[in-house]
Amino acid sequence: MKLGLVIDLDVCVGCHACATACKEWNGESLMAGGAPDYDPQGAEPSGVWFNRVRHYEVGDYPANKTLNVPMSCMHCEDADCVTVCPTGASYKRAEDGIVLIDPEKCMGCNYCAWACPYGARELDRNEGVMRKCTLCVDRIYDQALPIAERQPACVLACPSHARHFGDFDDPASKVSTLSRERDGQPLFEKLGYRPVNRYLPPREPAQVPAPTDLAPRGSLQSKLAAMVNRLIQL
Amino acid sequence: MKPALSVIFFTVSSGAGLGLAVWLLAMQLAGRVDASHRQFWLAFAVAALLVTAGLLSSTLHLANPRNAWRAFARFRSSWLSREGVLAVALYPIAALHAWLSVQQPDAARICGLLLIVLSLATVVCTAMIYACLKTVPRWRTWHTPVSYLLYALAAGGLIWNTISAFEGASLSTSGLVLWLAGVAALVKLLYFAKFSQRVHATLNQALAVPETAPAGRMQGKVRLLDAGHSRGTFLTDEFGFVLARSRARTLRLAMFVLTLPVPLVLLMLGSAGQGGALPIAAAALCFLAGVLLERWLFFAQAEHVVRLYHGQQRV
Repeated sequence: MKLGLVIDLDVCVGCHACATACKEWNGESLMAGGAPDYDPQGAEPSGVWFNRVRHYEVGDYPANKTLNVPMSCMHCEDADCVTVCPTGASYKRAEDGIVLIDPEKCMGCNYCAWACPYGARELDRNEGVMRKCTLCVDRIYDQALPIAERQPACVLACPSHARHFGDFDDPASKVSTLSRERDGQPLFEKLGYRPVNRYLPPREPAQVPAPTDLAPRGSLQSKLAAMVNRLIQL
Repeated sequence: MKPALSVIFFTVSSGAGLGLAVWLLAMQLAGRVDASHRQFWLAFAVAALLVTAGLLSSTLHLANPRNAWRAFARFRSSWLSREGVLAVALYPIAALHAWLSVQQPDAARICGLLLIVLSLATVVCTAMIYACLKTVPRWRTWHTPVSYLLYALAAGGLIWNTISAFEGASLSTSGLVLWLAGVAALVKLLYFAKFSQRVHATLNQALAVPETAPAGRMQGKVRLLDAGHSRGTFLTDEFGFVLARSRARTLRLAMFVLTLPVPLVLLMLGSAGQGGALPIAAAALCFLAGVLLERWLFFAQAEHVVRLYHGQQRV
C-alpha cells in the first residue's frame, strides 16, 4: 500500500479546519505523542503543528487568484528525513509507506527537519523529540471506529471536501482516480524525494477585464473616465 | 539556517583537533618526531582535547541528549551517524597508537597511517552531514567537504607550529600551512561567487505552479499573502535566520583577513625570530577565530528551501 492524501486546491477555502482538527486529534494522540502549544494565550503564542495552511496569490490582477495550500508530511517514497536520521527513530513503514518517528529513540538533533523541504517536521520543545504527521495511523486502522471514520482527522474535518485519503498503489482508489483525472501534482518534484501526496491544480481564473480596460485607450470614453477619476481624487 | 554556536564550535574544534592529529602523525611517519619528544605528547593531548571538546559541544545541540548513544545505529545511511562512529572509533585506535609509539615504533607506523585516514575521513563525514542535504543548495556543493578539509588541516598545522615553537623545534611546516590557507581562501571565493545569486529553486517550483503554461492551466508568479501564523514557529526559528547583506560583507572580509594575511605576517615575524613563540601562537589563534567566523557564515547564509513556502521567491 502507498497511503497518502489528495488535496484539491481548486476547492480549498483556506479555513484551517484541517490544521485545527489535526491539533485536536494529535494533541491527545498516544501514537503521535502530542502536538504541544507554547504560551497559547500569551504574547508570543507558538506550538507544534503537523499541518499548516499558507495562503498565496498566483498571477497578476485581473488574472489573479488566491491559492490556499495546506501542507503536511508527504510520506515521500525517497524520504531523506529517514535516510539522514542517525538513531533510527525515523522510519518508513514497508506495509503502507507511512513515515513515523519513534520518540523512544529520537535524540532531538533536528537533522530530519533540515532534510525535509516541506517543513513537515517540528520539534516538541517540552519532550525534546521530533513530531510529525502520522496520517492518523491510530485512526485509519482502528476497528472500533465505523469504516467511514477510519480516515485522518484532517480529511474528516474538511468542510469543502478538498482532502481525500487513500491508497495510491490501487489504481481504482479515489485518490488515484482523482490524481489521474485532475493532473495531480507533487510539490517540489525537482528535489527527487518522490512525495506521495498530490495537489490538484485549481482551474485557471476567468479573465475578468479590469474596469480601466473596458474602453480602448485614447477613445473619448476612456479620456472622460480618466478625467472623472482625476476629479474624484482631488 | 540558525547559526547554532554549539554546532559551529563542534565543527571547528574537532576539525582543528583532527587536522593537528594528521600533522602529528605525518611528522611521526616522516621520522621528524617520536614518543621521546615532549612535542609528540603535547600535540597528542591538544588534539584529543580539541576533538573531545567538539564532540561534547555537538551534544549541546540535542534536545534529548539521553538518546545520543543511539546515534551510532544508522551509519549505513546517515552521515551524522558515520561521523559519530568514526569519531568514537578514533579513541581506542589513538590509545593503541600511543602505546605502540612507545613500545613498538615500527608497528606504530601502520597504526599511524590508519589514524591519518580515519581522521581525514571523520572531517569529510562532518562536512557531508551538511553537503548531503538537497534542501540547502548552499551546502550541497563540492566546496563544503573541500573547505572543511582545508580549514581543518591549516588550523591543525598552525597549532602544530605553535607547539613546535614553544618546544623550540623548527617550523618547517609554515610554508605548507600557508599554501593550505591560500587554497582555502580561493575555494571560499569560488563558493561566494557561485552563490552570489539565488538560482537554485523558486517558490513557483515549490508549489508546482508554472510561471507560464498552456491556456487552461493555473499559471503565473506566486506571492505569499499570509503564512498562517502570527508569531514564530519551529520552522521560522530554525530556518528563518537572515543576515543583512552589508553585515555579511564585513564579516566575509574579516574572515579573509583573519585566515590569510594576518597569519602570514605573524608567521613571517615568527620566522624572523621576533617575539619568540608568541607571533606563532597568535597566528594560530587568529586563524581559528577566522575559521569560527567562516563556519558561522556557512550556517547563517545557508538558505533552506522551506523559506520559499514562507514567501522568499528564490533560494
